[in-house]
Amino acid sequence: MSTVGEAATTTAGTANGAITGTTTGTRRLGGRWLGVLALLVIALVLPFLLSGYRIFQLTQITVYAVAILGLNLLTGFSGQISLGNGAFSAVGAYASSILMIKLGLPYWATPPLAGALCFVAGYLFGHPAARLEGLYLALATFALSIVMPQVLKLDTLEPWTGGTQGVYVTKPVSLLPELISDDQWLYFFCLAVAIVMFVVAWNIVRGRTGRALVALRDHPIGAGAMGIDTVSYKSVAFGVSAMYTGIAGSLGALVAGFISPDSFTYLLSIQFLVGGVVGGIASIFGTLVGAVFIELVPDLANKISESAPWAIYGVLLIVCMMMMPWGAAGLVHSARAWLARRSTRRTRS
Amino acid sequence: MQAFLHQLLSGLAMGSTYASVALALVMIFKATHQVNFAQGELAMFSTYVAFRLVGAGVPYWAAFVITLGFSFIAGIAIERLLMRRIQYASPLTAVIVFIGLLVIFNSMAGWIFSATTQVFPSPFEGPHAWYGTIYLSPHEVGMIGMTLVVLTIVFLFFRFTRLGLAMRAAAENPQSSRLVGIRVGWMLALGWGLASALGAVAGMMAAPKLGLEPNMMGGVILYGFAAALLGGIDNPWGAPIGGFIVGVLENLAGAYLVGSHLKQTLALALIVAVLVFKPSGLFGRTVVVRV
Amino acid sequence: MTVLLELRGVDAAYGATAVLRSVTIEVPEGGMVALLGANGAGKTTTLRAICNMGVRVRGEIRFAGQRIDGQSTESIARRGIGHVPEGRGTFLSLTVEENLRLGSYLRRDRGVAGDLLRVFGYFPVLKKRLHQQAGTLSGGEQQMLAIGRALMSRPRLLLLDEPSFGLAPILVQEIFRILKVINQEERMSILLVEQNARLALDLVGQVFLLETGQVVASGPPQQIAADESVRRAYLGQ
Repeated sequence: MSTVGEAATTTAGTANGAITGTTTGTRRLGGRWLGVLALLVIALVLPFLLSGYRIFQLTQITVYAVAILGLNLLTGFSGQISLGNGAFSAVGAYASSILMIKLGLPYWATPPLAGALCFVAGYLFGHPAARLEGLYLALATFALSIVMPQVLKLDTLEPWTGGTQGVYVTKPVSLLPELISDDQWLYFFCLAVAIVMFVVAWNIVRGRTGRALVALRDHPIGAGAMGIDTVSYKSVAFGVSAMYTGIAGSLGALVAGFISPDSFTYLLSIQFLVGGVVGGIASIFGTLVGAVFIELVPDLANKISESAPWAIYGVLLIVCMMMMPWGAAGLVHSARAWLARRSTRRTRS
Repeated sequence: MQAFLHQLLSGLAMGSTYASVALALVMIFKATHQVNFAQGELAMFSTYVAFRLVGAGVPYWAAFVITLGFSFIAGIAIERLLMRRIQYASPLTAVIVFIGLLVIFNSMAGWIFSATTQVFPSPFEGPHAWYGTIYLSPHEVGMIGMTLVVLTIVFLFFRFTRLGLAMRAAAENPQSSRLVGIRVGWMLALGWGLASALGAVAGMMAAPKLGLEPNMMGGVILYGFAAALLGGIDNPWGAPIGGFIVGVLENLAGAYLVGSHLKQTLALALIVAVLVFKPSGLFGRTVVVRV
Repeated sequence: MTVLLELRGVDAAYGATAVLRSVTIEVPEGGMVALLGANGAGKTTTLRAICNMGVRVRGEIRFAGQRIDGQSTESIARRGIGHVPEGRGTFLSLTVEENLRLGSYLRRDRGVAGDLLRVFGYFPVLKKRLHQQAGTLSGGEQQMLAIGRALMSRPRLLLLDEPSFGLAPILVQEIFRILKVINQEERMSILLVEQNARLALDLVGQVFLLETGQVVASGPPQQIAADESVRRAYLGQ
């Protein structure tokens, strides 16, 4: 699977052009900013239109989006597959809970600290892992996601992790209880963090680091020849990805109010991958689609068939991949290209 | 010493299952450059088919053969109907499709057959089992023996038959294969069929030991994948060797180092450590790419 | 003289990129034809179009009177067209013997053993290296193996894509001599794509000249060689 890089290149090419830095003309750019603005407005208004469980789902989607963004930065842009991001999510979540419970830190201080810790953890993991390619890296990261719950259940760590029984996390309380409920407050907090993380990702991708990562993904040998320290950049990519997933984990802990080793099995890592690919692995826009998918589709599958919901989920996955091999972002790009071809044909005739 | 030998040989028994699964994965990988992550669930599903046949009164070996036929056809069907359509998509897309297949088979098995653990019969146990020893139960002897027989048949097939040669050719160079008239698409389908049948053998051999339930092959596919990588993902000799190594490793780790809860963790950690030092596996070929 | 292979008004494209335009070529039964042209003229594309290898084709391609355009590569091969592709297409991890056996994959007749001996006669080095992995052979030996493999299918038409590529001149001469023998003794029709125009002109009975995807000249080799402008542009004289 050294052709993960090829996959990402194609998706990047078929996804938002801005990701790879191609200019699309002021009119298109204007359209894109309009789209972002529309999304922002919807995001700000929605919690007042929904209630209870739906707000929880909306918040969960925001959290997943940050996690999937972390995966996309790693797999989509630097071409390193990871089936172990769930483990970093666990690190972030537990770090957060320890900071809040043992050190008494307020909830809003924990995501940055958890993120920093996860960056270091990711970097340390990524350094030896940089030697591995494709399937071998997939196994190594998958092993990480299998190992993590076991480590969390260890007796020696129980005073910190609460062992098999897990830890309760106090949910944040709204500072404006008349206008905004606790659930809505939490949502806005997560949304704020998510927006910051998206802006940071945008800048990474468009900056020197981003270009180096893309060079690394597409032509590792050439990149090395140009003086890019492959191992360093790959480790940094892992660190960044872990940081994002760790922040998502710490937010997720607040949203769920409870964490345990079994919340972070390999299934979580697989869900992140599913979200990433369904959305479009080298697309920032795609992460939103992916997040919505992994949050809402399992419920949908359950509604269709209560006896074998996962079978329905599997069928939906396969159907999605057959209809959108490059993810939702790829579909959008293809549609735009098709529209562009039609309009130029019209202007020509 | 006796206990050690027991653990070692017992590890070989489970390792024979990993060896079969690893070979099945490598077979499909060589032909399609994809890893069939759903191999384990397909094997489990086939094992349930055998279970139902035996339960309906069919003699064991007849059920065994019928199940092989079922999984063979199922593998061909999956390749022709599904995998063929996504062959030009990215490998990540294929991974998601495999995950989908995995989940479908797992869920369907629980729904159609049962979610509770069943006892699957072994043809090797019983008063006629002279070959049991203090180190290995009769079934474990049978597991190893059956696996070796099957592996030998597979290798003979690929090395000495016209069809086996055509399949190897199609896997290595589809374009040139077409130029000599080989129907490459059907060769791939055949490869899938064979791999699925191989998986079914693994499932039917492992079930008496593991207990038949929908998640039976979860650990097995992981070890099979690890074993295939350990042996070098493109090396059909390395895969079974890797499988036996992993089986022994897991058993020894569980018996002497960390106990059965953590043995999977330790085994995986060790395998990954090996890979960091030998990034293409023990017997894998480091491909020299000209730029 | 009957026409064995016929391309009539063939357009060919890779995806959206058009490569061949209205190409018309004929190979007579038992004949030897060369397709010449500069780099990028579309010579390889023509051979790939005949065998439907990743090229979108419009127009008619007929083999032994029957249309083959649009059919699968393997069924075209089954009709009796042997193609030695660009890059030789050797099965590198298989042995020399296995490569040759694959050439005769479709054949069930008794003549296979005899044909193998004949191939050894043309290329004795293949017999010497029979059980060696094909990837360990030199470039020239792999070329011989590729031709041998194509011969093992006893095709009615042999397509060769730049058999001289990357080979020492003495080896090229030997291979071309053998091609002449094959054409005359086994009555095998040959369509040869070559950059090395000079050698090809000595060998064949008919030449088609391609320039940016179109046939710009055709005729017997003496006529093509005598044409001043053609000689300057393509034959480097």
